[in-house]
Amino acid sequence: MSEPPVIEAQSAGGQAPDLTVDSLGRRCPLPIIDLAKRIGEVPVGGTVELLADDPAAAPDVSAWCRLRGHELLATRDLPAGQAFLVRRTS
Amino acid sequence: MSAYLDHASTTPLHPAAKAALLTALDDGWADPARLYREGRRARMLLDAARETVAGVLGARADEVSFSASGTAAAHLAVLGAAAGRRRAGDLVLVSAVEHSSVLHAADQHERAGGRTRQVPVDGLGRVRLDACAPPPGTALVSVQHANHEVGTVQPVAAVATAAHAAGVPLHTDAAMTVGRIPVDLGALGADLLTASGHKFGGPAGVGILVVRSGTRWANPMPADERELGRAAGFPNLPAIVATATALHARAAELAAERHRLGALTAELRARLPELVADVEVLGDPDPAGRLPHLVAFSCLYVAGEALLGELDRAGIAVSSGSSCTSDALTPSHVLVAMGALSHGNVRVSFGRDSSSADLAALLDVLPGAVAGIRERAGAVGL
Repeated sequence: MSEPPVIEAQSAGGQAPDLTVDSLGRRCPLPIIDLAKRIGEVPVGGTVELLADDPAAAPDVSAWCRLRGHELLATRDLPAGQAFLVRRTS
Repeated sequence: MSAYLDHASTTPLHPAAKAALLTALDDGWADPARLYREGRRARMLLDAARETVAGVLGARADEVSFSASGTAAAHLAVLGAAAGRRRAGDLVLVSAVEHSSVLHAADQHERAGGRTRQVPVDGLGRVRLDACAPPPGTALVSVQHANHEVGTVQPVAAVATAAHAAGVPLHTDAAMTVGRIPVDLGALGADLLTASGHKFGGPAGVGILVVRSGTRWANPMPADERELGRAAGFPNLPAIVATATALHARAAELAAERHRLGALTAELRARLPELVADVEVLGDPDPAGRLPHLVAFSCLYVAGEALLGELDRAGIAVSSGSSCTSDALTPSHVLVAMGALSHGNVRVSFGRDSSSADLAALLDVLPGAVAGIRERAGAVGL
């Protein structure tokens, strides 16, 4: 399985993420796996923006943050899909 | 070793129902609306079935009608109550975790110009009572007796009290509870109740619709004289007789079964976190707040479809609310409303023929199946 490409950082919720993970076109649970694999690349307190268009991504990003203790800061709509801004807390 | 663990979807015909069905095929083929001998005999069987169902549920016989399915009964209950109370209001309040049959009826009500509103649930899938008080203009409140995906029992009596305080009737979809746990209409306080025969050992094709006397209800469909004017068309009499027989037989089995299946679900809930890493067991941990025969859980980083496939190859049948297992590829509205992890979801439901060997078969296969899927997805150590 190929790693998802990192795309350029962009503004979300008025804040530029430290890392953006593009999981557009990938079906759940792959976006959550992508997020879990990459969140260690940012320091504690840093942010990751996950781009995903699977309909299960919204509930599952929220549930994953709850299970792992990370913080879902903001969700915004994309032309297709959504961007989830997550802060690494541990 | 194979195990059928999807008894909440449907369960094999109860032996007593099978015997009754075969007899009724011979004795109950005639039109119960006709006055000649064969018709009168069919009518007697139909009346007896109605009396039996009414007796088990704590209703009066003239409050019970049989429809073509549990889904059809839910449609008739919701749309009929809304139609009967059109002058009182046009708002239908439903919980966010209702079965699709209730939600589809609410959608239909909305398409016809009415309003609907969903009552949110907490993390256990239980309706928030503070959101159940019907605002002015409410025609009906509809809250299930127990949830079909996670087994959470709803506070129906409290919801009924809140609804009645505002002069609003309550419908409860009891498809998960009738024939599974004791259901008493008086204790529930519901004005309308619906259930499904095949869920508790009756044949497919029989729904139960109870409309308590004094409840305003108008048939939302073209009506005829059948089933007290509530469900049109020639009734499936042999199936109705078998359904009533199954319900009667089940009523005698429930106390022992609650203990037996409750032990299986308690063991499953306890063993899952020991055997599978990153598993979220869903619903109420308190046995008093959940169905005794059903456990749902979600496995992090696991595709539900892949897990169901692995279990099926091992001969184990379960169901899932994960999006990849649905035709629409959308996650279960129940899991979303609860804020539960929606992927890697499994619902295990036991029935009257389930044994500890079935649970052992599941626990034997599940940990390896989950680990294998995670490994193939590169989701190890995350």
